[in-house]
Amino acid sequence: MIGYVPPGRGDPAASAVPALQVSQIAKTFGGARALKGIDFTVSAGEVHGLLGQNGSGKSTFVKIMSGFHAPDPGGSISVYGRQLDLPMKAGAFRDYRMAFVHQHLGLVPSLSVLENLRVASITARKSRIDWRAERVAAQQALDRFGIQLDLDARTGAISQIERALLAIVRASDDLRATGSDHGGGILILDEPTPFLPREGVDRLFELVRRVAAQGDSVIFISHDIDEVREITDRATILRDGLVSGSLVTREASHDDFVEGIIGRRITRTTSTRPDVTSLEPRAIVTNISEPGISVEEITVAKGEILGLSGLIGSGYEKVPYIVFGATATSSGTLVLDDEKIDLATSTPKRSVKRNIALLPADRPKASGIASLSVAENMLILDLKKFMGRFGLKRAEIARRATELAHEYEVRPNDVSLKLGSLSGGNAQKVLLAKWLIREPKLLMLDEPTQGVDVGTRQQVFQVIRKAASEGAAVICASSDFEQLADLCTRVLVFARGRVVRELVGDDITKDHIAEACYGHSQHN
Amino acid sequence: MPLWNKQKLGRRIERFALVGVWLLTIAFFSFALPGIFLSWTNFSILFATQAPGAVLALALIIPLTAGDYDLSVGANLTLSAVTIGVLNAVYQIPIGFVIPIALLAGVLVGLVNSFFIVYVRIPSLVVTLGTTSIITGLVQWMTNSSTIGGISPILINLVSRGRLFGISYAFYYVILLAIIIWLIFEFTPLGRRILFVGRSREVARLSGIDVGRVRVGCLISSGFLAALGGVVYAGLLGAADPFSGLNYLLPAFAAAYLGATSIIPGRFNPWGAVIAVYFLATGITGLTMLGIPLWVTSVFNGAALVLAVTVSQFARGREETDIG
Repeated sequence: MIGYVPPGRGDPAASAVPALQVSQIAKTFGGARALKGIDFTVSAGEVHGLLGQNGSGKSTFVKIMSGFHAPDPGGSISVYGRQLDLPMKAGAFRDYRMAFVHQHLGLVPSLSVLENLRVASITARKSRIDWRAERVAAQQALDRFGIQLDLDARTGAISQIERALLAIVRASDDLRATGSDHGGGILILDEPTPFLPREGVDRLFELVRRVAAQGDSVIFISHDIDEVREITDRATILRDGLVSGSLVTREASHDDFVEGIIGRRITRTTSTRPDVTSLEPRAIVTNISEPGISVEEITVAKGEILGLSGLIGSGYEKVPYIVFGATATSSGTLVLDDEKIDLATSTPKRSVKRNIALLPADRPKASGIASLSVAENMLILDLKKFMGRFGLKRAEIARRATELAHEYEVRPNDVSLKLGSLSGGNAQKVLLAKWLIREPKLLMLDEPTQGVDVGTRQQVFQVIRKAASEGAAVICASSDFEQLADLCTRVLVFARGRVVRELVGDDITKDHIAEACYGHSQHN
Repeated sequence: MPLWNKQKLGRRIERFALVGVWLLTIAFFSFALPGIFLSWTNFSILFATQAPGAVLALALIIPLTAGDYDLSVGANLTLSAVTIGVLNAVYQIPIGFVIPIALLAGVLVGLVNSFFIVYVRIPSLVVTLGTTSIITGLVQWMTNSSTIGGISPILINLVSRGRLFGISYAFYYVILLAIIIWLIFEFTPLGRRILFVGRSREVARLSGIDVGRVRVGCLISSGFLAALGGVVYAGLLGAADPFSGLNYLLPAFAAAYLGATSIIPGRFNPWGAVIAVYFLATGITGLTMLGIPLWVTSVFNGAALVLAVTVSQFARGREETDIG
C-alpha cells in the first residue's frame, strides 16, 4: 500500500527550490510581539537547527507551522515552492508533507509498537483492518531506517530512546504516506532530546541522518548547542522574535552560537545586592542522587533567595519537589536548622508540619483548586486556628481571608469568588498567601511567575522578597533568567543534573545566567 | 448596588430551586388527587418509608465528595438488614448484640472497598460494582433467597412504631444524621480536607493532606452508614428482604446529584440530598396514586439521575474555569 517514493535529492528541479522558505512571519499576542518578522530558508535534504532561549519565538513559530497559531497578516511560508494557506487549518500540515515530533512524542504507552506506528492508517480505515498488511508495512518502515523493534512489545515497556526512534520513524512514514509530486517532506523535531540519556542521542542522530539522506528535510529544534553542532548542516537562531544568526554549522564555533542566542554581553550592572555570606544557614540539602539529578550540596541561608536554573532537562526543577518529599527519592538529606531529615522518608505532610512550603508551577493541577473559593484555597493549611467550641468559625475565616486578600493585594477583593475566576497573577498571590501566612522556614517556588501577567509580576516579587526579609530561606527554580536576575541573591546553574556554576552578587544578570546555561551544555 | 443584589437573588433562587420544585410537585398532585394526596398520614408514611433511601444518599455523598464512587451501598444495606434478620430472628441473638455486628459488617465492606480502591488503585466504580455482586450473592446464600420475618419488636419500636408528631422515629434519625454530616462538612477542618481531596488529589497531597487516609475514611464511613440504613430498613419492615435494598441505590444516587444542585450548589451536601430524596419519593408516590403502572418508577428514577447529573454539570460548568 505504501509505495516507495524516490528521494527528491537526485532531482535537480527539486533541489533548486528550497524545502522551506519563511518570509516576514510575525505574531502578536495582545500587545506583545512574539515574532517580529522572521526570514529563513531550509534546503531539501538538509538538517537545519533552530535555536533560541525561552521566549525567543521558537515555539510560536512551530505552532504557526502546525496551524495552532495564526500569524499576523503579511508574512508567507512556502514548502517546496507551494505557498501555505495561512493560517493553516488543523491537520492541514499533512497535505504539505510536514510531520512533527514533539517532546512528548504522542505515543500511547499501553498500545503495542505496531499499533502506535500504524495508528494513522488503522484509525483512518473504513473497512476491516488487515493486520497482516499493517504488520508488513510497519516492518518495512523500521527496516528502511535499520531499526530493530519488537512490533508486539508494549510501547510503555520499550526504552525511552526506542520510543523517540519510534515516534520519528512514524513521522517520517507519514511523510511518505501523503506523498505527492514535489520531492521530499519536512520533519520537524521539537526538542526531542532533553530527557534522553546521552548514549541514546547518537542513535537518534543516526536516524535523523538517514531521514535526511532519503531526501526529506529535518528541522531540529533544541536548546543544546553541542547537539545542534553535531547534527545540523545549518542553523537559524532566534532572539526576541527576530533572527539573530544564520550559521553554517561547520564554520561556526560554540561561541558564535552563544552570542547568537544571548546577544552581545552587556556591561555589568552595578546593582547592590544584600550580602548573603554572613547570613546564618537555614537549610542544607546533600547527596541527592536520582536519575537525571545529582546534588552534592546546596545550602540556603535565612533571608536568602537562591535561584536554581538550567536548560530544559537539566534537572534543576526537580530539586524543590524532592526536598519537599513530593517526588519519591531513595537518597539525600535535608538539614533544616538543627533537624536532620532523611529525604527518603519525607512526605508532603511531614514537610508541611516542619513548616516547609512548596508552590508548584502547575497552578491548576498541583497548586490551587479553581473550583473552590479564594478563602478556602488560602486557609486550607491553617484551619485549626479557626476552630472554636462549635467547630470552624466561618465568619472569622471570611474576615481573615479578606484581610489577607487586602494585604496581598488580591483583585477583586472578594474571597467568596472561585479561585478560577481570578487572573493568573491574582491566583498566584492567593496561593503565595496560603503558604506565607505560616511564615515558612524554607519556601520553595517553581516558576513563581509562570502565567502571571506583567503588571502583577512585580507584586509577586515583592511578596517573595518580603518573605525572605522576614527570615524565610527561599529557593526559586526557574528558567526565566530575567526573573532570577531580579529576585535572587545567588543562582545555581544546572546541566545534566549537576550544579555546574554558581553566580553571586553582581554576576547575576540575565545574560550571565544564560551564558552559564548554554556554556555548560558540552557533553563530557 | 442593584446589580450585586440581583446576583445575590439569583444565587438564593438557585439554592432553593429544588425546594420550590418539590412544593410545586406537591401542589400539582394535590390538585390532581384532591383530598387524598395532601394528608398528614400520606406524608408521615412517605417520610418514614424513604428513610433508608435518605440514609443511603447521605452515605453516598461522603465518598462522592472525596472523589470516589461507592455503588456497594445498596447491597451493603441489604447485607446489614439480612444479618440482623438471620442472627436475631433465626439464631435468636439479642438485638443489642446483632446491631453492632451488622454495622461492623458494613465497616468491613468499606475496608475491603478501600483496600482495592486506594491501595491497589483500581477505579472505585469497578471495585464497588464487584463487591455489590459479591455481597448480593452472600445475602442470597445467607437467606436462601427468602424474606426473613420476626425481627425483634425492640428495633421495630425504635424505628417505626415510635412516633413524634405522627412521623416514625426513622425520619428523625435521618435528620440527625444530616446534621452530623453537615457539621462535619462545613464546620470542621476534616470536611475541608475531604473537599480538597475530592477536587484535586495533587493539590491536597502537596498541601500536606494524607489523601489515602481521607479516602479510606470516607469509604469506611459510607460502608458504616449504608449498614445503618440496613438497620433502619429492618426496623421499618420488621423483616429482612434479600432483594429490595438495591432498589434504593438508584434513587439515592439521583438524590445525591440532584441535592448537589441546591442548598450549597456545586457541592454534594446533606440537606440537598435529603430534600432530593423526598422530592423524588413525592413524585413517585403521586404517580402511583394516579394509577400509573409500576414500571414508570424505574423510568422516573433513571431519568431523574441523568437529569440531576446534567443539571449539576451545568451548575458547575458555569462557575468553573481554569486558573490562569
